[in-house]
Amino acid sequence: MSDVTLINIKEEILAENKELAAQLRAGLDDKGVFLVNFMSSPGSGKTSLIVQTLGHLRDTYRIAVIEGDVDSAVDAERVAGEGVPAVQIKTGGSCHLTAAMVEKGLGALSLGTLDLLFLENIGNLICPVGSDTGAHLNVALLSVPEGDDKPLKYPRIFQTADAFVVNKTDVMDHFDFDLETFKGRIRRLNPDAPVFEVSCKTGQGIDLWCDWLETRVERRGA
Amino acid sequence: MHELPVTKSILGIVLRHAEAEGVAKVLAVDLAIGALSDLEGEWLQSYFDHLSRGTLAEGAQLRVHRSPLTFLCEPCSGEYTSTREELDNAACPLCGSRDGSIVGGTAYTVESMEAQ
Repeated sequence: MSDVTLINIKEEILAENKELAAQLRAGLDDKGVFLVNFMSSPGSGKTSLIVQTLGHLRDTYRIAVIEGDVDSAVDAERVAGEGVPAVQIKTGGSCHLTAAMVEKGLGALSLGTLDLLFLENIGNLICPVGSDTGAHLNVALLSVPEGDDKPLKYPRIFQTADAFVVNKTDVMDHFDFDLETFKGRIRRLNPDAPVFEVSCKTGQGIDLWCDWLETRVERRGA
Repeated sequence: MHELPVTKSILGIVLRHAEAEGVAKVLAVDLAIGALSDLEGEWLQSYFDHLSRGTLAEGAQLRVHRSPLTFLCEPCSGEYTSTREELDNAACPLCGSRDGSIVGGTAYTVESMEAQ
């Protein structure tokens, strides 16, 4: 019996995805396209936020949307109804978008004609985390009915996103959601990330969120 | 079910190193997984057993080492550890402050392996 040897590896598990994502980001930078990745649970309002944001920014920027879906075209059809280019990636059961899937989506768009690209990730607070999509900005969305304890249950997404949007603030009075508690929990995990309060139904707060997003888009490539 | 693609990545890394080192068999794989990362060792092992059939890594044991959730205290610069369950209440044992930033607990790496 030969001796047992210890082989040192020290490699990040998702290094391959990370490298491809970095290449995608560099390619987008060359073309002046800013990619925003939206993540949340199912039903938090990712598509609604994208539609609202399109309404505010479509006169300023040339925008397209990549919709990640496990196996349906419902969201892609809704976004296409807004009259912007929309590409759908079916993950076929996979619970998050990988850089390789995003690369396919990018291939279906003419990037030279775009300034801003929205990526709607699969509805899930666990799996999309850690799988870099090549986005310049990662936005996590949470809706009031989900509860203010989600940063405690799914800390990684709240620790790694660049900005947060609390949606469905119009129903705040009907739920136990405590905004200050929620913000405190976010600050603990992610002290510098801004938190925006919106209602995609009434449009409240969308302008503040879009103003901030615009400042980030303007700094693209910088 | 993100354990499946994660397991594929782990196996890919392990086999690449196993082939480069010319080993006959991989016996165990050591993973460093931070306390904040959602990854279940039991599922990892069962996916790994399935995916590694017929490879150099068949039968290898995955050993998950959880790195603790570690905070750096802002006021006093002390480091302290906590748990996910205590995330909401974690405070610096030296000065009592709750203002701290997370500096550890997010590892996601293949550290090493034992092979013959």
